[in-house]
Amino acid sequence: MDEYITLDYGSGGRKTSALIRELILPAFGNSFLSSLGDGAVLPGAEQLVFSTDSFVVSPLFFPGGNIGKLAVCGTLNDVAMAGGEPKYLSLSLVIEEGFPTEDLRKILASAAEEVKKAGVSVVTGDTKVVEKGSCDGLFINTAGIGVLKQPGLSPAAMKAGDAVLVSGPLGNHGLTILLARHPQMLEADLSSDCADLAPMAAALYGLGADLKMLRDPTRGGLATVLAELAESADLGFELAEKSIPVDPAVRTACELLGLDPLYSANEGKLIAVVSANKAEEALALMKQFPEGRNAALIGTVCAEHPGLPVLRTPWGSSRLLTALAGAQFPRIC
Amino acid sequence: MIRLMEICGTHTHAIARAGLKQLLPEGVKLLSGPGCPVCVTPPEAIDALVSLARRPHLTVCTYGDMLRVPGTSPELSLLKEKARGARVEMVFSPMDALSMAERDPGQEYVFAGVGFETTAPGTLAAVKAARVKNVSNFSVFMLLRRIEPAVRALLADSESRIDGFLCPGHVAVIIGEKGFRFLPEEYRLPAVISGFEPADIWLSVKELLRQVREKDPRLVNTYTRAVSPEGNPLALALMEEMTRPDGALWRGLGYIEGSAYALNGEYAAWDAAIKFGISLPRQTAPTACRCGEVICGKIEPAGCPFFGKVCTPEAPLGPCMVSSEGSCAAAWTYRSF
Repeated sequence: MDEYITLDYGSGGRKTSALIRELILPAFGNSFLSSLGDGAVLPGAEQLVFSTDSFVVSPLFFPGGNIGKLAVCGTLNDVAMAGGEPKYLSLSLVIEEGFPTEDLRKILASAAEEVKKAGVSVVTGDTKVVEKGSCDGLFINTAGIGVLKQPGLSPAAMKAGDAVLVSGPLGNHGLTILLARHPQMLEADLSSDCADLAPMAAALYGLGADLKMLRDPTRGGLATVLAELAESADLGFELAEKSIPVDPAVRTACELLGLDPLYSANEGKLIAVVSANKAEEALALMKQFPEGRNAALIGTVCAEHPGLPVLRTPWGSSRLLTALAGAQFPRIC
Repeated sequence: MIRLMEICGTHTHAIARAGLKQLLPEGVKLLSGPGCPVCVTPPEAIDALVSLARRPHLTVCTYGDMLRVPGTSPELSLLKEKARGARVEMVFSPMDALSMAERDPGQEYVFAGVGFETTAPGTLAAVKAARVKNVSNFSVFMLLRRIEPAVRALLADSESRIDGFLCPGHVAVIIGEKGFRFLPEEYRLPAVISGFEPADIWLSVKELLRQVREKDPRLVNTYTRAVSPEGNPLALALMEEMTRPDGALWRGLGYIEGSAYALNGEYAAWDAAIKFGISLPRQTAPTACRCGEVICGKIEPAGCPFFGKVCTPEAPLGPCMVSSEGSCAAAWTYRSF
């Protein structure tokens, strides 16, 4: 750890991982927390899944959503990735003094719309108003509880030969936010993929034990998630670059700005690892949903090169996918 | 061994991402050159920006890539200074910095103006806008560089041994094909202006190898969809009007006469170095890291003893491991398997 917390510790890459491993796990580590999944599976008569997330996105409104929709979908997704059917949410607001009530009304309305669609309830919450300058407009924290429907989802369940699938094109959310923050950089017809993935996950639970692992590649993108999974499972990945879906607008914007879509955040995509003989079935299940219509098989789990995801380029070369080091910045020249 | 140099950091990045070095024929090497803006900035300039950021009522605005670059000590970086409470803002354009200055007239805003000919017109346009709008709390710490004097300095070094240049497409958009004619005409060296798609780079490398084999050095432009013979006349006119050539210190290359731009005439009022009394030395202090040799193509990233061991993108010792245009960052992030 550095002497001070720099912005890199919030990027979702290796520095974030250091923060968790060096400060949080030593203080609170237990078998639920230490697995570092998207949510924790808790024991009881009915096993529960519990997850929480804080949302500090700027701008608060962006093409494809706003912080309210994001705060609900983000936690629903985390519960679903851990195998849970979401039931109850908490919602806490930290509001900056002077925040327009009309904006808060809109944000809560879209959060409520997602809550209604998902059939869950917001059952507890909190509000704080802080002095001007103490937060950037509005921060939201949500926590979610779900009932465990799919036990055993874990990197440890992955085996060599398993198929790696993604539910659609990658990088849209990260690029959309970047361009919403800096509209003068580039005009592009992009919108966030922010969506509730719990229904798609529930469909995949139908694969039973052939569904090994689910993860939503938010901060740090696909590359960081796969690098972390390979390391924790001590298995490799073989990935074909040309089969990884990226929208043309995202690809072009990334080329122009010097960014890599595989490191850009997603808020409505999942990575699924399934038994090889269930890959087609899993793809078909994903494609039933509008947000999964461009789902794709992108590679396989392998025993060779454990700990390393290897990407085969269309040019016949290959390279490693490594975890994001710090925030991605557009190039200068 | 045929040693080809890609001058531009964006080429370095594209080559690493597509794994093109693995596919080169035996006996051909692609080396990185002094075309990553952050990498050629000497550590003393980072120190100066950190000291500016420590002043009360002053905000340093910078491109993200500059944030993590260490100065003369690993503890001196803008990102660390920001975490300690200094006002450092990441911007994507000098115009963002100008807008901040306009909204907050009680605070000084200094833009860290790094970059080559590609970036110079945008930086100058912000200075021009500041003059038109009479924004006096905005200034630019001029770290803009010209590529030609750097390439000449490199060629004057007998250790460099370059057989041909992959010339930077983005710089050429501004200065035109004519900006690189000196390579075949004065040095008898093959030179190809290239775009950034793997196919562009491949085509350009093929042409360079043809010129080397047939001893037929000439300037070829394979990026005609963006680069014209004469460049961008509006941008060139702006540079001509607002700047004069100036000497500057480069990492790895030392002090080079005429290699930078100084704001000219009445625009000098927006020069942060003049405004705040900063002068950079003519000599750079020795650094532990070997970025200076990496950007001159003398060693490859893996030739530095720190590469991937104590120097990684999370804990960079030098700029080449920081910038997305840096040779070490590209080689480490996109390491081949």
